[in-house]
Amino acid sequence: MESKRDVLLEIRDLKIEGYSDEKWIEIVHGIDLTLHRGEVMGLIGESGAGKSTIGLAAMGYARDGCRIASGSVEFDGMELTTTPESDRRALRGSRIAYVAQSAAASFNPAHRLIDQHTETPVHYNIRKRQDSQEDAMELYEKLRLPNPREIGFRYPHQVSGGQLQRAMTAMAMACRPDLIIFDEPTTALDVTTQIEVLLAIRDIVEQYNTAAIYITHDLAVVAQMADTIKVLLKGDEVEQSDTRSMLDNPQEEYTKSLWAVRSFQRDQKTRPTGDAVPVVSVENVDAAYGPVKVLEDVSFDIYAGMTVAVVGESGSGKSTTARCITGLLPPTKGRILFNGEELPADYRKRSKDQLRQAQMIYQMADTALNPKVLISEIIGRPAAFYGGLKGGALKSRVDELLDLIELEPSKYYNRYPPELSGGQKQRIGIARALAADPTFIICDEVTSALDQLVAEGILKLLDRLQKELNLAYMFITHDLATVRSIADEVVVMKQGQVVEQGPKKEMFTPPHHPYTDLLLSSVPEMDPDWLTTVVEERGVDNIGEAAKT
Amino acid sequence: MGDVVNIVLKRLGLGLLTLFVISVIIFGAVEMLPGDIAQAVLGQGATEENVAALREQLGLNDPAPVRYFDWLAGAVVGDFGVSLVSQTSVSEAIAPRFLNTLFLAGYAAVIAVPIAILLGIVVALLRNTLFDRVANVLTLTSISSPEFFLGYILILYLSVKTGAFPAIAKLSTDMTFLELLDRTFLPALTMVLVVVAHMMRMTRAAIISLLASPYIEMARVKGMPAWKVIVKHALPNAWAPIINVVALNLAYLITGVVLVEVVFVYPGIGQLLVDAVTKRDFPVVQACCLIFAATFILLNLAADVGAILTNPRLRYKK
Repeated sequence: MESKRDVLLEIRDLKIEGYSDEKWIEIVHGIDLTLHRGEVMGLIGESGAGKSTIGLAAMGYARDGCRIASGSVEFDGMELTTTPESDRRALRGSRIAYVAQSAAASFNPAHRLIDQHTETPVHYNIRKRQDSQEDAMELYEKLRLPNPREIGFRYPHQVSGGQLQRAMTAMAMACRPDLIIFDEPTTALDVTTQIEVLLAIRDIVEQYNTAAIYITHDLAVVAQMADTIKVLLKGDEVEQSDTRSMLDNPQEEYTKSLWAVRSFQRDQKTRPTGDAVPVVSVENVDAAYGPVKVLEDVSFDIYAGMTVAVVGESGSGKSTTARCITGLLPPTKGRILFNGEELPADYRKRSKDQLRQAQMIYQMADTALNPKVLISEIIGRPAAFYGGLKGGALKSRVDELLDLIELEPSKYYNRYPPELSGGQKQRIGIARALAADPTFIICDEVTSALDQLVAEGILKLLDRLQKELNLAYMFITHDLATVRSIADEVVVMKQGQVVEQGPKKEMFTPPHHPYTDLLLSSVPEMDPDWLTTVVEERGVDNIGEAAKT
Repeated sequence: MGDVVNIVLKRLGLGLLTLFVISVIIFGAVEMLPGDIAQAVLGQGATEENVAALREQLGLNDPAPVRYFDWLAGAVVGDFGVSLVSQTSVSEAIAPRFLNTLFLAGYAAVIAVPIAILLGIVVALLRNTLFDRVANVLTLTSISSPEFFLGYILILYLSVKTGAFPAIAKLSTDMTFLELLDRTFLPALTMVLVVVAHMMRMTRAAIISLLASPYIEMARVKGMPAWKVIVKHALPNAWAPIINVVALNLAYLITGVVLVEVVFVYPGIGQLLVDAVTKRDFPVVQACCLIFAATFILLNLAADVGAILTNPRLRYKK
């Protein structure tokens, strides 16, 4: 049955090179790919697997600093590697379209959505402007965007992320292409928004029988979208099969390890009994940015050696709460207590010892570490500042810290952050926090920029450090799988308020607060029927944004 | 749009405050010059009585703050006092000269700005090609040469050797507009050569810095040709820095043209200022400085407003 459908895209022995350190290095090593009309193929792998590069190569396009070195890309009988650029360009947007990861960054901020939508059809005389605008509005309606006749006349900054991602899918549909490349289209979205976008994409691709390459690192997402899955690792294919057999019975070790990533789970600890004082108490805190109130009556406690996960969507006030605790944003009401003692609201009024005890680890290790400063200095500075260490004592402390984060001191002492991988940089971030010898660490989305295997390593490290040093963690995340693996207690936030809190096991067993329930049930599961089931349960009009009100 | 008006009013207020501070600095600087003004005006041979009489007449015996506010009160309504040298109204002396300078600056700007932006777009499109490099070298050469040197070279080749344009830009009242354009072409061209490179390079840099943006990649994978990617997708987002550098150069065209005016004997405000400085005609010096400061402030304000108007994020609220 599958093989009888005609082939739309045939990639043979594709090799792609990237330019770095003044020479061309092969980054995709001979990939084969066959896609039939109307088929959706999932490309899955970690960063550096070559997913996006292969996706773009399917359009005969290579990013600046990349080139297709050899192999063939045949689209509907046309060999893209040898056709002139002008002919390839005419295919892009009209017959092969692309949906990028961050719609917010990929829409031009200077033009209205609908003008960007009509650009390709008008440029290639496929549709008249008026006609294309009408069509855009119809697509907006099909993709369940609010005010479909009006929303296109807004600028990108006036539209929310989930809506932009759907508008971008509509834009990809503008010329009714034969093939759409979806490059991680929901990675930047909250789960409750993601589900809505996934459904919209799946429906419209089915409706127009469009073939698609769906690129993602999230297995549960690809399980909902793809007919077949191809697993990639460092520019090589690991294996390929249809979605159900891939999920039920992965063949290769690497695939199995990807499947098993989310299995790390440590035992839940319970609060100390008796009159133990929490390390950190947030008491009835209100906070505001100027006249805009962002936190309202937030209270929770964190005890020594325990992890409290603060979950919620973007804008729910998770990071603002952290800013209140660290004193970067003094609360307008309420108090922050440390070991039962009230802290000055403003960090400038806190003593060195008070500052030392609470440290932070950030989401983007890339931007949180100064690229021009040696690792030894990044870690050494807080050790010298808070611990007053100098000379040999400082050096042995830095060595000890590097040992703690499982990086060999002699190899990393004299290196700069840009020479390190993402996971290693995050470890340096952890060491810098530990250098102050804190009792409490705020981890702000520390794993969300990392690949799953690397993220798991970081979680295990944090868990080990917690046991050894009896640290209290506040774990800010929107990823419920992370919560499941590392949290002892969970605080659920929505629009600046705590909607529910308690021990993890209670939080993950019904009955839930309706919002917690919405969050939990919006997390994609590895079951290919999950999306269909959720839609049946909730109804098409009652998912995503609509479900929240 | 109410926000834009608000921002403009705020900037305008700040501009006025800046101008006030500058007026204090100008007045203070002139105050601190060594020597006695009356003595300087009357020369070495003046008698004690004459000097004292002139001091009295000029009000130099009043304390500095009183004289400052007298001067400021006049300046606000356009009365900059009386020239020490010619004993005529400073405003009347400056007005025609300033108009001449504005004319020459406008002439140069009308040629330079479109050329610079167009060239900037073209070299961004053809970046790292031979054309890009040649354009870079040529404009860098012109910006690195002193204005008087450029002026004399132009006179040598376009006037002395070929006779295509007049070498001296003396104006008279009975000239037609075309004659005026012909007469002032060489000084205008000199100034064009001086400012084009800066604006062109900024346009190029502003556009190229955006080429790594995801929305540029999007435009490319939507099948847009290279020129459309630059003109329609990069340029609209590059206006803010371009407008700023244009404003800076316009201000330079008005305030930095002393040498060009001298070379071409053009009766502009720069020459007037130089004359006034040599003759210690302080009311004229003060008035010129204040006008230059106001020019800078107004053009920067215009650049800010331009940057706001080209940015939809500032123009339309969420």
